[in-house]
Amino acid sequence: MHGLVNKALQSFISDAFGGVVWHDVAQHSGITQLLGADGFEAMQSYDDSLTESVIEAAVILLRRPRDSLLEDLGTYLISHERMEPLRRLLRFGGVSFTDFLYSLDELQGRSHLAVPDLALPDLVISEAGPDSFLLTCTGGPLGFGHVMVGILRALADDYGALVVLEHRGMQRADRADGTPGTVDLIGIEVHDPAYHAGRRFDLATEAAQ
Amino acid sequence: MMEGDLRQPGFHLGPGALGQLMPMYLSLDSACRIRGAGPTLLKLMGEGAIGKPLEEVFTLRKPRNAAQASVLLRAQRLQMSLRGTPATTFKGTAVPLLGDGVLLNLSFGFGVRDAVREHGLSATDFADTDLAIELLYLYEAKTAVMGELTRMADRLRGARVRAEEQAATDPLTGLGNRRAMEAALDRLLRGGEGFALLHIDLDYFKQVNDTLGHSAGDHVLAEVASRLRRSVRAGDLVARVGGDEFVILLAGVLDRAALARVGATIYDHMRLTITHEGHPCPVGLSIGAVLVGPGSDQGEAALVSLADLALYASKRAGRGRMMLWNADQSVSQELARADGAERRIMTG
Repeated sequence: MHGLVNKALQSFISDAFGGVVWHDVAQHSGITQLLGADGFEAMQSYDDSLTESVIEAAVILLRRPRDSLLEDLGTYLISHERMEPLRRLLRFGGVSFTDFLYSLDELQGRSHLAVPDLALPDLVISEAGPDSFLLTCTGGPLGFGHVMVGILRALADDYGALVVLEHRGMQRADRADGTPGTVDLIGIEVHDPAYHAGRRFDLATEAAQ
Repeated sequence: MMEGDLRQPGFHLGPGALGQLMPMYLSLDSACRIRGAGPTLLKLMGEGAIGKPLEEVFTLRKPRNAAQASVLLRAQRLQMSLRGTPATTFKGTAVPLLGDGVLLNLSFGFGVRDAVREHGLSATDFADTDLAIELLYLYEAKTAVMGELTRMADRLRGARVRAEEQAATDPLTGLGNRRAMEAALDRLLRGGEGFALLHIDLDYFKQVNDTLGHSAGDHVLAEVASRLRRSVRAGDLVARVGGDEFVILLAGVLDRAALARVGATIYDHMRLTITHEGHPCPVGLSIGAVLVGPGSDQGEAALVSLADLALYASKRAGRGRMMLWNADQSVSQELARADGAERRIMTG
């Protein structure tokens, strides 16, 4: 898994639950022993099993269900100030939440332009009815669908849209290179695209951090 | 249209449709007066710009002036900026309109980020086919990635400095450094079994360095280090503690005879003159020695200064010899000498 993903997971655990918890998770999962006290580096690649052992250790130490922990990770990626660059990059997808949903088809391509070796899952958005969508995520790591639900929930809030999200299940579908992957289905109902003002988004800020 | 006429028929677009395709178009009459503009450009110029001469609203850079529309049409590429602040710059292309007048299409070029920020533009101000949004996206992605790389480089630099501080090896010679020597000396004093300390200084090193250059000097240091290493047992500590200063710690060496044998071995190894790229580098060794008996309660600093006294005595006696500091009589005594040391004094 790309270091950016692993670094985000590390930041999430230490920002949301404290540096002490990250310290314990890193010890418990063997990260400290393997990578040293700094943990993951953003611009390196790591074996998928490392990511999995961090998630497992966090689930045990925090006594949290895996799915809800991953959904909180997704929310953190958008709403925490440390992750502001990521929120902005996703907001470039569209001027409204619905517009953004249509841009998800391009997310893989966009991310590829920025970080060529960041292997994001393939996302396909389809219309299931008026203001109703189905998002299919193919080739993500186990549990990616729940992270995506958290991301979508936080972004809907960011745009000021009133949205109902439903994780409709997951199937095992290994990637082309044989590594384990999944297909996640997420239902999205947009009840009101302009329910509240949302957060401001300027295309170009003073100094993009 | 006549049959067989392959010319394209002209296009008829209303201002609304044109503005949707090109939100930064500018329509001029043949005297270069602004007749109309796309919605985004209109936002930047203000409604009052309509009807004014082009050069009242824009400063022209390429071409320098445009009294007539034909001048614009001849220019390969247009460059202009808004009069007043912010002086947003544009590049553009001019094409003739059917009938009369000129149509310009403008773009921000590399200044797109500044323009977007200064004029508060949003995605709807750009045509859907414009890559401006992708450019802004890439700018931010690049900045985020570079930020991560910079932070990583900072962490690595910090780690390297810490590693260097903790290092016990002299990179030039591969010997221990002063830190390694102090640690070993401390261990020997705690162990209390007695040992010998040799403080070694290179003779004539400065001359070699000055006349043959630093690389010759470095070569001499590395070669001397290797010869010293070969002169003692594998377990003995040999350290480079300064520019051309070395220390050897000999555990269990307790008497003058044993020390004298080590001195003879060192001078034997030093007998062949070191050469660098064919040039001889004639250096010698002055050695000050101290014997530390079992259970000695001497401190490190005191020991080192006694060895210094012996080294000084060696230098004063003519260099190229090992002097032992005799604590009982506060004098030093010669234990070993390099071949030709006497001759050196005469000529050196």
